Amino acid sequence: MPQQRQFNPYSENGGTILAIAGADFAVVAGDTRQSEGYSIQTRYAPKVFRLTDKAVLAVNGFAADGNILVKTVKQRLEWYRHAHAKDMPLRAIARLIQTILYAKRFFPYYVYNILGGIEEDGTGAVYSFDPVGSYEREACRAAGAAQALVQPFLDNQIYFKNQKPKPGQSHPTHLPLDHVLSLVIDSFTSATERHIEVGDGLEIYVVLARGHSAQGLSNIPGAQEISQTDEGERVFVVRRDLKKD
Amino acid sequence: MATASVYKGSGFDFSNHVRNEFLGSRGVKLPKATSTGTTIVGCLFKDGIVLGADTRATEGPIVADKNCEKIHFISESIRCCGAGTAADTEFTTAMISSSIELHALSTGRKPRVVTAMTMLKQYLFRYQGHVGAALVLGGVDSTGAHLFTVAPHGSTDKLPYVTMGSGSLAAMAVFESQWRPNLERDEATKLVAAAISAGIFNDLGSGSNVDVCVITKDKTDMIRGFELPNERGRKERKYTFERGTTDFHVNSERIRRLVAEESITPFESPEAMDTT
Repeated sequence: MPQQRQFNPYSENGGTILAIAGADFAVVAGDTRQSEGYSIQTRYAPKVFRLTDKAVLAVNGFAADGNILVKTVKQRLEWYRHAHAKDMPLRAIARLIQTILYAKRFFPYYVYNILGGIEEDGTGAVYSFDPVGSYEREACRAAGAAQALVQPFLDNQIYFKNQKPKPGQSHPTHLPLDHVLSLVIDSFTSATERHIEVGDGLEIYVVLARGHSAQGLSNIPGAQEISQTDEGERVFVVRRDLKKD
Repeated sequence: MATASVYKGSGFDFSNHVRNEFLGSRGVKLPKATSTGTTIVGCLFKDGIVLGADTRATEGPIVADKNCEKIHFISESIRCCGAGTAADTEFTTAMISSSIELHALSTGRKPRVVTAMTMLKQYLFRYQGHVGAALVLGGVDSTGAHLFTVAPHGSTDKLPYVTMGSGSLAAMAVFESQWRPNLERDEATKLVAAAISAGIFNDLGSGSNVDVCVITKDKTDMIRGFELPNERGRKERKYTFERGTTDFHVNSERIRRLVAEESITPFESPEAMDTT
């Protein structure tokens, strides 16, 4: 009798990530729960990572692959710094992530990536990737377990889908920072209500372009500055509790 | 040849089975039942039984109901917690509750917990596990306080403290470390709440509130929302839409007045009807 053996190297660790680009800022957020099946592996496993002073990467899916991917990207960025004495620009990081992902086309990193930050022209940007490297620049994107719950909400509130502007008026192309932050927080508290794999904690990274006052952050309690460049880009993190059931 | 019966037999209707089996083999996704991925527990104490349950119902990873009731009525002093397929637990307990009431009426005695347990296990065994009900049955009768678990295939256990559902391991860990014989009423209630909380916070299939039911010889207290550790906070924004937000095509759509207006004018002097 022929025997077959199987080993599945992948697993799915739940959680959700989300990023929104503003005119001169980007917000990248993720919950901190890591789970497998009905069990919580940890209530605090970061899914959002600062890459440079103007680039933040969120990674969701198979946690082990996510960690290795972030490690690889960070290493490649360090080599770039040593070779060129400057940080890699955001659009170049996006292309780098594409090549790293596509290199494993037939044994993929089982992860969805969202890259957020400031472009060389000073605009806020969000890049989203599929597991094998297809990517696109967007204004907003949700990924992970509660993508199906959050993305339609964002389409309605950011792109104003199914909303008709008042006569003689038009919808804004970019929203102010405090508005975006409140949408992010409500996205995650709502996803926590209805998705069992979302919860425990929320980590929101905010990247501000030069000249942007941190005004929208002033009424958000617990915002903490992480880094600041000589040119004036600033990175903040906001940590919030989510429900733990 | 027998003529086609105009009567429906009692019990389940299997007439769609062959069709669904065929559809399934052709790759059609069949609907999935709501499961109460659950934590349910029961515990014996000095004067009776305490039952406990969480209140989350799930459909896969989605929360279907944030505050469902999993402690079902069997009789005044017998109650039954259900885990597994929501519909199966609800219908099974409702059916046994009905049978128990008829049994009590015909015998003229108060129903016993073993009677309910036997009826449940015989019913579940007949369906070989296809009726997906995992139950915790508890109550007080003329022979004392009794606590059972009934598994979907029909096997039963009689123990001083029991747990079932996806959160059973988390809950049992609490019982194994803290339960002792002859607990006081409030001690037992607190222990049951702690066991359910362990399920709510450590098992993703369980969540929301703690329901508790205390059954003693002469009183049953069903406490919905005994603990509410997961209330939703205030939202950051308001999401009301202004009038005129959704597109309305004036030429292709019309609003029809569905309420007919009518007025009645009596043409002769009204006289009271003789109603004697």
